[in-house]
Amino acid sequence: MREEGIRSILVNSNPATIMTDEEVADAVYIEPLTVEVLERIIARERPDAMLPTLGGQTGLNLAMDLDEAGILEKYNVRLLGSNIRTIRLAEDRQLFRDLLTEIGEPTPASEIVETWGQALAALDVVGLPAVIRPAYTLGGTGGGIAHTHEDYERFIKSGLAASPISQVLVEQSLLGWKELEYEVMRDSNDTCIVICNMENLDPMGVHTGDSIVVAPSQTLSDREYHMLRNSALKIIRALGIEGGCNVQFALAPRPDVVPWAGSDSAARLPYHVIEVNPRVSRSSALASKATGYPIARVAAKIAIGRTLHEIQNSVTEKTTAAFEPALDYVVVKIPRWPFDKFGTGDRRLGTQMKATGEVMAIDRTFEGALQKAIRSLEVGGRSLLWQKPEWTSEPPLDATDERIWAVLAAIRGGMALAEISRRSGIDPWFVERLARIVEMERVLLHDELTPALLYQAKRLGFGDREIATLADWLPERVRSQREEWGIRPVYKMVDTCAAEFDAVTPYFYSTYEEENEAPPSGRERMLVIGSGPIRIGQGIEFDYCSVRAARALQEAGVQAILANSNPETVSTDFDTSDRLYFEPLDEESIRDLLANEAGDGEAPPTIVQFGGQTAVNMAPRLASAALPIAGSSAEAIDIAEDRGRFGEILTSLDIPQPPGSAVSKIEDALSTATAIGYPVLVRPSYVLGGRAMEVVQDAEELGRFFAFALAENTGAVLIDKYLLGAEVEVDAICDGVEVLIPGIMEHIERAGVHSGDSMAVYPPQYLTPEQRDAIVDYTTRMALAMDVRGLMNVQFVIAPAAQPDGPGVFVIEVNPRSSRTVPFLSKVTGVPMVQIAVNIMLGRSLADQGFPGGLWPEQPLVAVKAPVFSMSKLVDVDTFLGPEMKSTGEVMGVDHTFEPAVRKAMIASGLEVRPGTPFLLSISDQTKDEALPIIRTLHEAGCRLYATPGTARLIRALGIPAETIPKRLNEGHPNVVDVIRDGLVKAVINTLEGGRADVRRDGFHIRRTATEARIPCFTSIDTARAAVASLATPGSYAVRPLSEYRDPSTIAPANR
Amino acid sequence: MSLLRTTERPRALLVLADGRAFEGVGVGAAGHANGEVVFNTSMSGYQEALTDPSYRGQILTATFPLQGNYGIDDISDESREVQVRGFVVREMTDLPSHWRSRSTLHQYLADRGIPAIAEVDTRALTRHLRSRGVVMGTITRDETTDEALARLHGEPDYAAVDYVATVSTNAPYEFRDPRVILDLPEDGSPPPRIVVVDLGVKRNIMRLLRQRGAAVTAVPHTSTAADILALRPDGVLISPGPGDPMLLDHVVEMAGGLIGRTPVMGICLGHQVIGRVFGADCYKLKFGHRGANHPVRDELTGRVYITAQNHGFAVDGDHLASDVIASQVHLNDGTVEGLQHRREPVFTIQYHSEASPGPNDTEFLFDRFMSSVRSGDAVRHAR
Repeated sequence: MREEGIRSILVNSNPATIMTDEEVADAVYIEPLTVEVLERIIARERPDAMLPTLGGQTGLNLAMDLDEAGILEKYNVRLLGSNIRTIRLAEDRQLFRDLLTEIGEPTPASEIVETWGQALAALDVVGLPAVIRPAYTLGGTGGGIAHTHEDYERFIKSGLAASPISQVLVEQSLLGWKELEYEVMRDSNDTCIVICNMENLDPMGVHTGDSIVVAPSQTLSDREYHMLRNSALKIIRALGIEGGCNVQFALAPRPDVVPWAGSDSAARLPYHVIEVNPRVSRSSALASKATGYPIARVAAKIAIGRTLHEIQNSVTEKTTAAFEPALDYVVVKIPRWPFDKFGTGDRRLGTQMKATGEVMAIDRTFEGALQKAIRSLEVGGRSLLWQKPEWTSEPPLDATDERIWAVLAAIRGGMALAEISRRSGIDPWFVERLARIVEMERVLLHDELTPALLYQAKRLGFGDREIATLADWLPERVRSQREEWGIRPVYKMVDTCAAEFDAVTPYFYSTYEEENEAPPSGRERMLVIGSGPIRIGQGIEFDYCSVRAARALQEAGVQAILANSNPETVSTDFDTSDRLYFEPLDEESIRDLLANEAGDGEAPPTIVQFGGQTAVNMAPRLASAALPIAGSSAEAIDIAEDRGRFGEILTSLDIPQPPGSAVSKIEDALSTATAIGYPVLVRPSYVLGGRAMEVVQDAEELGRFFAFALAENTGAVLIDKYLLGAEVEVDAICDGVEVLIPGIMEHIERAGVHSGDSMAVYPPQYLTPEQRDAIVDYTTRMALAMDVRGLMNVQFVIAPAAQPDGPGVFVIEVNPRSSRTVPFLSKVTGVPMVQIAVNIMLGRSLADQGFPGGLWPEQPLVAVKAPVFSMSKLVDVDTFLGPEMKSTGEVMGVDHTFEPAVRKAMIASGLEVRPGTPFLLSISDQTKDEALPIIRTLHEAGCRLYATPGTARLIRALGIPAETIPKRLNEGHPNVVDVIRDGLVKAVINTLEGGRADVRRDGFHIRRTATEARIPCFTSIDTARAAVASLATPGSYAVRPLSEYRDPSTIAPANR
Repeated sequence: MSLLRTTERPRALLVLADGRAFEGVGVGAAGHANGEVVFNTSMSGYQEALTDPSYRGQILTATFPLQGNYGIDDISDESREVQVRGFVVREMTDLPSHWRSRSTLHQYLADRGIPAIAEVDTRALTRHLRSRGVVMGTITRDETTDEALARLHGEPDYAAVDYVATVSTNAPYEFRDPRVILDLPEDGSPPPRIVVVDLGVKRNIMRLLRQRGAAVTAVPHTSTAADILALRPDGVLISPGPGDPMLLDHVVEMAGGLIGRTPVMGICLGHQVIGRVFGADCYKLKFGHRGANHPVRDELTGRVYITAQNHGFAVDGDHLASDVIASQVHLNDGTVEGLQHRREPVFTIQYHSEASPGPNDTEFLFDRFMSSVRSGDAVRHAR
């Protein structure tokens, strides 16, 4: 937009993304995405037009709501990209089907239903198995494939609940058909191009976001490719989209032997159109990275009226955007699922997306791309060699996150390839490719490694580690042998044109071939390691940091090299850095690319601080390979992670931490716990995102946890006294002399809820000056003692009762790297934290940069960061807040005072409660006292109360009416599940005691049902208090650009 | 049988006339392949490309690394034989998967005596060709680079050979295709007759004409205008084909005798020949246009189409007769992509609207041609 000289205003509630950085647009509003907020922004900014198609489904839904509310018309705002008619055509199942029928494109037999009665009738038409797709939802939320009548009823009901217009499509199942996607672009001149086609390795039945995807398609003949291409172009023209669009197809794998159903006019075509997204989607991001074609940029330019042939191809700088990318490599995308954290989750994949993120890899062979993608997943070092011990001759081949491994296990076990293909529905081409990998495994197991064999294995994508395992060598020996034999990867360019033209994109992937296209630049440069796939505990925040780091390097005149494996990020936009390596973020790939950068000289320094734990984990490996690290040394990182060494430092600094120690035997664990007293917080050492962390109440639970930790082979277990108190965290920047603390964040939930799942407030609302000073003092002295260079995050618990003679501030954890709060804190304080840290690494002190040490002045605003969960899709996962992190994103509410800020955070995270909202309460004994004021407030706000028996007694004791609802499901109706499902209650407060598993099970149904019904469910009394507080003070909130909150003097008087 | 057959295949070399050599393994037939080495960036359509007569005399390089994935079928041959001299790929799949597949790519080439080489760094080769221009080369399994180079220097250069003579039909024939049943006009009149001048025609051109209700007769390149007019055509299509248009004076003369007598459409080499009729010269492009993603703008409508292309020569637009306009241009390099006569029913395209392989965006041009044929029809019958 800016390139075109247009003033742009950006609205988003997510503080973690680079998109809400103030330099991205002319005005940035970090405000909830609601009709009310948007109207106020529109009234203030008076934009000529609105572009909703780059913000995914949320943007489209908001555009439709604004249109319905008459706001677009009232303020004369034009919609760019897709008009309302187009959005409706693509989103409303019936309209869309009618349109397809009109233009002769085949769609599967289907019925649109809005009630259970209609659904029963539809079943007669469609039959089982049937696909249930709710209208207007993200990632197919609420839908599924029903094989039985019970499934059918369940999916219909959850689908109707999930759809904002209570409409679902019941559709003939095309289970087992090939699934393909086309990314299409159209301009006002009616020029249409296909950017990329993609083939799902998983056949129809698995959501494309949960499928392994290959680009370009591998098993389609030219005739089939163009048959579907023609259809995609016809559809984008019929919809009249100006911009990007994604069309999904099902293609009959054997039209010669299996008759296929279809509407009459198109009955002879062996495919069906499944879905169209009239916007830039997750698939577009993948297609962009897979081809090098900047879809979002071009779509934005088309939206403002440019035509494809007027837009320069920024890859070649010679040709235009009007062409179709030609790939000369294979791209494989694999979803990243959260089942490593949600062990109890249902791992089956269906039409509802369960993945939190994805990785992509590029190579010149399918096998190479697949194996690199597997290495990129960072799932506990699980290479393709991994298989479950219980998988014997017939591993389960149904769709789960583990299927690709199961297929390999089946091949190893000798199952016929045709049988594997038949059972899984995976095209024989892919199965045979996997069989080639297994064949190479056998050769590596039995034959002596020769240069030819090693080269062949590398060309098939085998990592040094896997080769070492198979050849019974140490990985380092494979590496040195490779060096001795001169077997090293070359780097080839992603250039959109298969080398037909000279290109300028510095976007590279590794492969084992002859010619290297990425010689070292010879200029001063540094490598920034990105953060890999988005997963719980490591979200988009780290991408923000990586991108800012690259910019900071460039501003300092140093070339920024980026390595990452995640196609959904800005860091993998080829214009973010001076050179992008799209590679797995493991030791082998990082060392290989550093060797490439070194050429005949020194490898450039590597920055490991910004890519989350993924990048920090690389520090010891780089150090032992004598590769330079910029910023805090591997030594400083080790101190923070080694419980013993860290304890010694704290002791020597006289800084308190909760008592505890690291143990590896159950006897030691029990004696430690007894010594420090229950409850205790237990966790394996070296974990990310609080994985497998628990608050343990007694010896029996401790024993159970220990058995689990041993089974998972996590090494030592850390046992700490669990201190009940407020949790506080800070991010700090240290240059070795001074320590700058941009801000302190106070958690709304007490310690015990993972910091990533807590709501956090800046500036703190309850800290005493003494506590604040202690926090600054401890942080400063720790940073200096650990010799931190760059960023550091410290978490404290404030427990005055545990230290009557002092401030009561205890250190829980230190991480000498950027944390997930860095983007939030940077934005609310205005301190460019990443840039300062990078400059420190380049040798410029805080003083040189004009920043003092100590605590940065508090800003005249209050900002509340709230977590966002995607748990409604993860059946069988408990949703209570605990020490294990579960959230997958965040939103921010900012205002001049606390209450409206909290309110906005609640609105943005879907937890807003309004006066009169009926509540279901089930309060644990421990929190009953604290619940009393909440109950009163609810009552005063006119909320009808339903409660489980104990809680109902408590409420009635206050003289407030409450309806008793049986807690257990076998004690009559309506029970707790019924009142939620039937919509009698619209919010739930369900607190639980400690971490006891049996107690947890008790409320599980309540929480699960509430989550699936998409109503607010508070499991922490603290969150509930904050949400309910806004009922008591219903005042208004401000809507203005972030910069105006920070500096109220910039607000024009009229807007104050 | 090993799934990793590449390790068991003989080593092979692709040696270029400029001395650069690429290592790989031998696939397809044994023996030597000599030809001009060119590259095509299409990601699918190898069977159609290999049988496209325009590749006569050339060694084709596929820039997409995986070739042979969906095997070889009964319906994708664009002519009666494999036309390329040799095929260069990064990887040739031995395990194709497609319901139509009857054979593997390797077997198909081996059966037809066409040598190929796999496991080549085809991207490096493409970069070389792009910067240096296309060049003669040879595929060999039994020679050193120097030996192959010495032999290659004794072979005739691509530019010196009239390949059209080797691919054109020897005698006129009626095109029939069991998959296309000709819809006869309802009034019982005979269907319009299109004569296709076969300079190396692809079957799909004739198929698309037949689908549009035309009876199609293919004639040799040696036909004269009088020969063709004697067939009483309702329209003439001058086909694509291989080689240098400057070698085809006899076809230029024939085309000159047709224009003004009957509607004429020219595709690719046919376009270049007609360009010469209109006074233009043709010149050789550095590395040509070969792929399925070429953007062409229609200068008359402003519309942009994605086209399939396969040509090494282009029409120089500078000396065109004044009653002819360069109606279409290539968006990437501005070369002439189509000609339109201001008065006569004559138009040409440099690209392949018949696709196969490639996009079908411009298939409507056959409708345009047929409608000019039919309106001519109407005129003649009215007379």
